[in-house]
Amino acid sequence: MNIPGPLQQPPTSAWSMYRAIVGIGALCALLIVTVYETTADRIRENQEKFLARAISEVLPEAQSTIAVALTDDGGLKESVEATTLPVFLGYGAEGKLVGAVVTAQGMGYQDNIRVLYAYSFELDAIVGFKVLDSKETPGLGDKIEKEPHFLANFERLDATLTMDNDALLNPIVTVKQGQKTEAWQLDGITGATITSDAIGKILNASANTWVPVLKQNSQAFSRREPAED
Amino acid sequence: MLGKEISTTDEFVKGLWRDNPVFVQVLGMCPALAVSNTAINALTMGLATTFVLLMSGICVSALRNFIPREARIVSFICIIASFVTAVDYLIMAISLELHRSLGAFIALIVVNCLILGRAEAFASKNTLGRSVLDALGMGVGFTVALLWIGVVREILGSGSLFGVNLFPDTFQTWTVMVLPSGGFFAMAMWLLLVNRLKQKETEAEKQIQEATP
Repeated sequence: MNIPGPLQQPPTSAWSMYRAIVGIGALCALLIVTVYETTADRIRENQEKFLARAISEVLPEAQSTIAVALTDDGGLKESVEATTLPVFLGYGAEGKLVGAVVTAQGMGYQDNIRVLYAYSFELDAIVGFKVLDSKETPGLGDKIEKEPHFLANFERLDATLTMDNDALLNPIVTVKQGQKTEAWQLDGITGATITSDAIGKILNASANTWVPVLKQNSQAFSRREPAED
Repeated sequence: MLGKEISTTDEFVKGLWRDNPVFVQVLGMCPALAVSNTAINALTMGLATTFVLLMSGICVSALRNFIPREARIVSFICIIASFVTAVDYLIMAISLELHRSLGAFIALIVVNCLILGRAEAFASKNTLGRSVLDALGMGVGFTVALLWIGVVREILGSGSLFGVNLFPDTFQTWTVMVLPSGGFFAMAMWLLLVNRLKQKETEAEKQIQEATP
């Protein structure tokens, strides 16, 4: 009995394979480069706008900002270099230093969380907070972005320094919901324990690094010519 | 539909109901369940997928005589991945907030089996015109299906539609509907409904056939 074999197709030459794969690869590369080049400016603009909006949300008194970075000897310098965790000094209407806005990040429940917080030199406290990037569970972990009692923590979260101005006097910690007794504690969120704990840890680590440097250098950066509009 | 001449309109319409990618072929479930927690996410995901489906359909169909059989999968994936990268940049340029809420799922359109499936099963064997209609039909069918799931999940899970609150503050939202499991619930509900309707349709057709001598 004759069993029909699979359909015989003429073999493909190596040249036509090369031609197809290299040709398609080149076309695709051209497409990606073209779209990237066309959208790059717009994307950068969007990112800058998003950050500027976030800064004015956490530190509304600031009329203008400058980006700063650490110097090699632990001091502070004005910087224009792009970084993933930028730090800004905010100046009020008369060019007076009103506060600093710091970006910080750390591991949450699902993925990295990137936040922005405002530090007030006058109050020695964190006075504003916003989540920049988070992939926390919708409906649970993402409550750190909208839960009113959690956001109320940042009306004035104590970040007083020690006498030597080299570390936080009291570590910022997250406590169980409803058990906040001290000004440096974060009232946590039931159902989002790991995420709200993570926010406490992120703020504590970042504030311990940045607040002493900002405070020590605040005199040198205390005034700035008001921006001309 | 073998042996029947398929009209060009049918090429478009089949994706909407008869061969709907989500409710009938059950393809592309990963984005359908993951990013349908709000109506706007579902709509954006659907439109992004439609764009990739259409553009890759056009390219695959136009290059179908140029791509050897042995190198077809790698070529299709390369074309699809390039358009997905382009969509990723375009969404970032349109709105960063939207890009943030869709997260990794834009990049994952690459592995949406619906797109590779249409490229392999249809675009690589049909003319440019028919491939465009097929891709548009499947894309619109996918978008509408995602939107249906998204609307149900947003109304029940967040008490809103397209971000507009629908209920007074006393409304207790069903948090489970915005969680991944809610995707399965909403999907199952729609599958039940669509299958019931299809069953009725078949019964009605049968009755007509029996009634005509």
